[in-house]
Amino acid sequence: MSRNRDVSFGLTAILLHWTIAALFLGELVLGFWMTRVKDMALQFELIQWHKSFGLLVLVLAVLRILWRIVAGRPPALPTLSRLERASAATVQALLLAATILVPLAGWALVSASTLRIPTLLFGQVLIPHLPLIPSGHAEAFWSRGHALLAYGSAVLVLAHTAAALGHHFLLRDDVLRRILPLPTRDPLARVGDYGEQR
Amino acid sequence: MTGEYIRKARSLVKPSFLGALALLGGLSPAAADALAQGAGSYRIAPNSSIRFHVGQVAGAGINGSFGSFGGSFAINGNDVSKSSVAFTLYPKSVRAGEPRVEDFLRSNAVFDVAEHPQITFRSTSVRRIGPNEAAISGVLTARGRSGPAKFDARLRQLGSRSISFHVTGSIYRTAYGMGVGAPIYSNVVQFDMVLNGTRR
Ligand code: HEM
Repeated sequence: MSRNRDVSFGLTAILLHWTIAALFLGELVLGFWMTRVKDMALQFELIQWHKSFGLLVLVLAVLRILWRIVAGRPPALPTLSRLERASAATVQALLLAATILVPLAGWALVSASTLRIPTLLFGQVLIPHLPLIPSGHAEAFWSRGHALLAYGSAVLVLAHTAAALGHHFLLRDDVLRRILPLPTRDPLARVGDYGEQR
Repeated sequence: MTGEYIRKARSLVKPSFLGALALLGGLSPAAADALAQGAGSYRIAPNSSIRFHVGQVAGAGINGSFGSFGGSFAINGNDVSKSSVAFTLYPKSVRAGEPRVEDFLRSNAVFDVAEHPQITFRSTSVRRIGPNEAAISGVLTARGRSGPAKFDARLRQLGSRSISFHVTGSIYRTAYGMGVGAPIYSNVVQFDMVLNGTRR
């Protein structure tokens, strides 16, 4: 049931997609907010939450890639043009990479920081620093890298979301439906018409 | 001043006092009486040092010091337990090796130096716990909150015009609204101070 056999994504892939999407968006908002908040005690606590949820994204993203390797993914809908498929695949690959690279860069910035603030995952589990030599320079580098990657991926999120909504509301196809726990509109899609394209 | 000398002189000749001390410590009166010999009023000298340490999960923690402070103490030669200390420190003078940590400590996250420029300690009782050592209990006020605090003071040096104590003690910072960063950073702030007094 949860394997990506049909034209639809399986339940595991759907759950991972939306959990990561919600956490990643939340992290973008939290990251933006916490770096601008005036109250320094609040800022400290928010950054600790940001680190924990960010590392959770990293873990889930790794699981998601492993799951993709194990379970595969349904083929692209045949209604899509080559260009559409290529651009969708590119944006999706970049987003997948972002869910790994953005938290990794965050972890690197924390590890390279001269502040040496430990990361206690949700206040419970000590996460070691990455083996980087702390310096003002290294911290600035990773901080900029983390911010650039994060805001860059926000642009990708917008493109990805716009495409999904366009397909759903304007083209009225199954592109969004198949990553939702909803039946696809094309009844034939369920019975494996797309099998030969795998 | 003269009063002090008279009291001191009297304490030295008062047989019951000497006898009691000798019994207490099982030491010769002269050795047991080092604290009493330092009887008098002192001003805390600027060459004193106020260092502190806050432990952290996996790491060196925060080691810092305060550069600006003042106060006075009086040692009662007749009865060390009637001695007293009043101490004020200015948290704005905090040093912690890293400017961002210092700014954080000064901010309203920790000391809130804008609203609460002083941290004070007033002793309420002094108890002798050794020939050269006393436990000082009192009230610590920081960030507008007061709570009981206890420090141990051990005599380091005694001169004719000066005296020096090694003072240690631990404070639970959450009690003063400074709990930020726990449990990553310990709730306990350990103080390690050398307080030099010059006679007034
Ligand atoms: C889903 C993953 C993440 C996203 C989307 C994300 C996003 C962001 C954003 C947008 C900012 C604000 C950048 C700015 O405006 O300067 C930020 C800052 C920050 N992030 Fe993340 N982050 C993620 C994961 C992490 C992780 C895993 C860590 C550490 C373990 C981390 C540590 C930090 C820190 C310490 C800052 C503030 C300090 C600085 O940028 O110099 N982030 N993050």
